[in-house]
Amino acid sequence: MAIDKETVKKIAFLSHLKIDDDKIEETEDEFNKILNWVEQLSEVNTDGVEPLVSVNDTNLTLRQDVVTEGNQADAVLKNAPQAQYGYFTVPKVVE
Amino acid sequence: MTGMIIEGKTASWEVICGVEIHCQIISKSKIFSGASTHYGSDTNENVSFVDAGMPGMLPTLNEHCVYQAVKTGLGLNAKINKYSAFARKNYFYADLPQGYQITQFQYPIVGEGHVTIDLADGSTKDIGIERLHIEQDAAKSIHDMAPDKSFIDLNRAGVGLMEIVTKPDFRAPEEVGAFLRKLRSILRYLGTCDGNMDEGSMRCDVNVSVRKVGEEGYRTRCEMKNVNSVKFVMQAIENEAKRHVEVYESGGKIEQETRKFDASTGLTKPMRKKEYAHDYRYFPEPDLLPLVLDDDYIAKVKTDMVELPDAKRARFVKELGLTAYDAAVICENKETADFFEKAALGHDAKKVANWLMGDFFAMLNEKKLELKDSPITAENLGKLVELVTSNVINGKTAKDVFVIMAETGGDPEKIVEEKGLKQVTDTGAIEAIVDEVIASAPDNVAAYKAGKSNLLGWFVGQVMKKSQGKANPAIVNKMIAEKLK
Repeated sequence: MAIDKETVKKIAFLSHLKIDDDKIEETEDEFNKILNWVEQLSEVNTDGVEPLVSVNDTNLTLRQDVVTEGNQADAVLKNAPQAQYGYFTVPKVVE
Repeated sequence: MTGMIIEGKTASWEVICGVEIHCQIISKSKIFSGASTHYGSDTNENVSFVDAGMPGMLPTLNEHCVYQAVKTGLGLNAKINKYSAFARKNYFYADLPQGYQITQFQYPIVGEGHVTIDLADGSTKDIGIERLHIEQDAAKSIHDMAPDKSFIDLNRAGVGLMEIVTKPDFRAPEEVGAFLRKLRSILRYLGTCDGNMDEGSMRCDVNVSVRKVGEEGYRTRCEMKNVNSVKFVMQAIENEAKRHVEVYESGGKIEQETRKFDASTGLTKPMRKKEYAHDYRYFPEPDLLPLVLDDDYIAKVKTDMVELPDAKRARFVKELGLTAYDAAVICENKETADFFEKAALGHDAKKVANWLMGDFFAMLNEKKLELKDSPITAENLGKLVELVTSNVINGKTAKDVFVIMAETGGDPEKIVEEKGLKQVTDTGAIEAIVDEVIASAPDNVAAYKAGKSNLLGWFVGQVMKKSQGKANPAIVNKMIAEKLK
């Protein structure tokens, strides 16, 4: 599997990341190095082996339906680049 | 019932439709955090650091959301999957602080099922359920508070959702309307979602395509998101289907895309291109282990199931003698059905149904009251019907008593007692009045005997008037007819 320049641009678009044109080739190269490294796994025969979801051999722990958090709007908004009237604000996103 | 057929210039086209419904799960806290789900709190007050997507925060699954999903699955006659798993659906949007939604993809908690819908002509149709999965809701965006900014409130972010996906089994807008009403009814009976489309606790995405009558397979579909009433959903389907036919017949091609429904025009317009929007790059959620349910758990949820609208309706028809229509109206919501059943207990159920659907609903409407705030209790409505069926009062008096009950909330037996409204069934007393009326109108007696038989009503009216409405009309009728023979 190989990544081409178009795929790099598409992934950048989907992730809302700005990659300058002169960095695209470098990024393409990095992607391919990572993929090639992971690709080594395909050398292992996995016929009949169920996909592994977790290395922890435990069950999912569930929470009781109880309200334990909240009333901390100030803390929640503390790192917001922009906030107003208790809301986060962002550049207008209407389709 | 046959589906909707659009007669085009070159062919007849049938409408194919499937829906995805997002239902907010009724729970106290969110699906992956301990923040409240309360609607209407101050901005950003019901937010944990998990909901805000803060680095390092870990989700923990709310057991009640699992319970609600399983219960709903059983209500949809669906297979409960003992193994399900969570996945990340990645997309970048201002209402999604994590940058991904935790949902279920390959392994949903509920598999295939079906819902039976009732159509206007009295027929029924089974609509296939493809799956139900659980996931987190996104934040709420407000776009009209400033010209250049959107405002984000995270209170809704992380509230539990059930997404119910149907098979493409609908062939007419009315079928979708019937499905939404039935689904809402089931969810409310189960207490798993309040089903308010206008408040957004139940949201409908519709997929529409068309094909020539007789054609195999499906053509390209378009999706319309968040159409927020049954009426708009039906309108959107019809108009979108017509657009497809026009495009095909003029030699064009339908692009797979998401379209926005404009309630003011009833038309749809393109929203976003699917090739980007639907590249969600799903992968298994590393922060949550798979969810494993055992048979005991599913059996336990089964014991908590309530009688659902279809079963209740069938029972009301079979055991209480209601008409199919009356039973359907009464069973649409559980509160009404429960009220009816309480009122009908030990009384003539058919008559109780008539009162409930006639004077009683009219009274609630007029007073703008919810059923739970009714001044007339179920027991008292039952008693009123009993007073009529046991001939203590006649039908006309019952209407008067009903009005007093609606004003005072009083017990009909006491009202009848206190106001002296018991009908006169003593034939001697009635006979005296009848004789008096006959004696006072020799002309009418002669005319009646000469063949003007419709004068009988006049005699009955006079007797009822003289008895102050308390004479038993059946006895009066019979007696006058006898005497004027």
